[in-house]
Amino acid sequence: MTKALKQEGIDLSFMSKIVSTHVPFSREDLIGSLQETQDHYGYLPEEVMDKLAELTSTPVALIYGIATFYSQFHLKPHGKYAIKLCRGTACHVKEAPKISSAISSHLGIKDGETTNDMLFSLESVACLGTCFLSPVMLIGDQYYGKLTPESAIEVLENIAKENKAK
Amino acid sequence: MVTLSKEIKNLHHIREKIKNKQAKRQVRICATGCRALGALDIYETFKKELKEAKLQKEIALIKTGCQGFCSGAPLVSIDPDNLLYVCLKKEDVREIVNTTLIGKKPIERLFCRDKKKPVIDRSKIPFFSYQKRLILTRCGYIDPTNLDDALAHGAYEVLEKVLTSMDPEAVIEKIKKSGLRGRGGAGFLTGLKWGYAHSAQGSEKYLICNADEGDPGAFMDRALLEGDPHMVLEGIVIAAYAIGACKGYIYVRAEYPIAIEHLKIAIEQAEKYKLVGKNILGTGFNFEIKIKQGAGAFVCGEETALISSIEGRRGQPRPRPPFPTESGLWGKPTTINNVETLANIPVILKIGANEYAKLGTKKSKGTKIFALAGKVNNTGLIEVPMGITLRELVEDIGGGIPNGKRFKAAQIGGPSGGCVPAQFLDKPIDYESVKEMGAIMGSGGLIILDETVCMVEIARYFMEFCVKESCGKCPPCRIGTTRMLDILERICGGKAEMKDIPRLEELALQVKKNSLCGLGQTAPNPVLSTLRHFRDEYIERIKLKKKTRRGKPII
Ligand SMILES: Cc1cc2nc3c(=O)[nH]c(=O)nc-3n(C[C@H](O)[C@H](O)[C@H](O)COP(=O)(O)O)c2cc1C
Ligand code: FES
Repeated sequence: MTKALKQEGIDLSFMSKIVSTHVPFSREDLIGSLQETQDHYGYLPEEVMDKLAELTSTPVALIYGIATFYSQFHLKPHGKYAIKLCRGTACHVKEAPKISSAISSHLGIKDGETTNDMLFSLESVACLGTCFLSPVMLIGDQYYGKLTPESAIEVLENIAKENKAK
Repeated sequence: MVTLSKEIKNLHHIREKIKNKQAKRQVRICATGCRALGALDIYETFKKELKEAKLQKEIALIKTGCQGFCSGAPLVSIDPDNLLYVCLKKEDVREIVNTTLIGKKPIERLFCRDKKKPVIDRSKIPFFSYQKRLILTRCGYIDPTNLDDALAHGAYEVLEKVLTSMDPEAVIEKIKKSGLRGRGGAGFLTGLKWGYAHSAQGSEKYLICNADEGDPGAFMDRALLEGDPHMVLEGIVIAAYAIGACKGYIYVRAEYPIAIEHLKIAIEQAEKYKLVGKNILGTGFNFEIKIKQGAGAFVCGEETALISSIEGRRGQPRPRPPFPTESGLWGKPTTINNVETLANIPVILKIGANEYAKLGTKKSKGTKIFALAGKVNNTGLIEVPMGITLRELVEDIGGGIPNGKRFKAAQIGGPSGGCVPAQFLDKPIDYESVKEMGAIMGSGGLIILDETVCMVEIARYFMEFCVKESCGKCPPCRIGTTRMLDILERICGGKAEMKDIPRLEELALQVKKNSLCGLGQTAPNPVLSTLRHFRDEYIERIKLKKKTRRGKPII
């Protein structure tokens, strides 16, 4: 399994780099390292976690335990643009569920999934802390507030267009 | 007579220097919350226009944190003119420069409106005039990425006083006297907690600032960290000194990138000025601080789960006692305080414990920051004295309910809280009274619900949240909340029977009583409070066997 994926070309050298920035490596550095790892690879591929376990002499099960406990971590490849759609209370009472279903049907994916072209992932988050903009979504570091189903889709269409133009 | 260290002398010198350097006129743009609605574009346009008008030296253009009036985003304030312009577009900037900054005339079109009438003087806008901003004085006023600006407006004056003229016991005594209670949820007396921590055995002690702010609908801590990180940092260092901590952590949600960025900058700058780190202000006190980013788990706001998370494990809580003040991070005595609690510390020590304790009610002292959101005209960040009434919050500060709808309830305290109905509009709000009304103060998220919101649906929504966020360690919470959600979904789906109500109540009480941590112990609160105040809606839903029902006005 690991070998097969390696042939697909996942470069594991980044892992040694991460580990070398935490000397001596302690338990405390584990979550932060996984965050950096995910920033780099976009998600947490299996053999990357294996490598981290090996380099830091940490049981693989422990790393898996963390990767599956925290909702920030993804075990599958993620889209280029992660749509973080707020489902917090303020957004909820301002019709966030409607935005969610509009995006879902527009992209053809459910919450937690990624489009086939790997452009978008949809994930709902608890509260973005921008409740005055409700309903709101975050894509990259850009917030889009006071959404309607139409305006949300427009945002996605624009991103897709811009991406093509690049 | 104390001789001042060279670090302190340097600090005084810097303060003087900056004060003399400040521009007479300032334009302040919120570049945090308002960023979402194009504030950075407006900033750039201002910069360009000011340059073209050759005013860039006379007029300071300052990027600030949240100024509070979020429903007017993007906004700028102009001082000393005391003007606030709201809902700006890029195209308005030139007019502001020409008419107001050069022509010295206000532009009525851009004023904030109260009951449709424009208000000229910022301090007369009801949204502001009902507030008492002690903690938020600098938030939205200074440039949070510039320590010099914070210093010019009083930052770290209290720390200097504490380190040079007070012993830790005296600090704790003052905090005890102030009556300050933790703003993170439970309302535990901060002075008492510090007292335990101070007398705990062990040479190595830790301080943790809880900036996980997981309650959906709450953004007070975010605003504080983004708008005035030095206020929090000053509180942290004073707390560390009082309890004798050598090392601290700030645990911030990963969903708050701007807060993390501003904190990082603040810590770096403070280290340079010897305000944190080794030998602080030359007094020999050492305190090292680190930022830890959360990874998306609501339960990590709970103190023992948070400790597990910092230690690099799954964020699952453990039974207390032992309390963290005895055995916390790595088994060492650890004090955990909320962001807002810590930001209160410099204020208390500055105005004096007695003065502080004059604010608020008998058992809840000081001010409280609320995040006002939901179905209310003026959403935003507000700071009010404890004991204010819900009506003042909703009608005067909040400007009432949009679209001519009626107030139905205020959701206070998030998933651990409850819904307070209209009959309590005139009751003063403090820790005790909110509990009596069936909610909890929680962190200060305040979501206003109007008559169109169905209360059973709200209860279902919060239960779904708790099911998702339950860490799975203890069965009452893991299984109990799932079963409660089943029943609530049956009711919302029009498939329930009357017996489901007592079933739901029985389950709620079991989950409350037997869960391991606060998440489970409080998860039934939204259900219990809606059952208490809006039971007829449950009954009606079950009787009608209809899928949807819009709530009717109850007043
Ligand atoms: C499920 C759960 C979530 C919590 N989330 C937070 C939070 O986001 N921020 C916070 O300061 N306290 C939170 N708390 C409360 C903390 O456990 C702790 O009481 C608090 O940080 C203590 O600080 P204080 O005394 O200054 O209030 C939470 C508690 C529970 C049970
Ligand atoms: S509830 Fe959506 S941003 Fe807070």
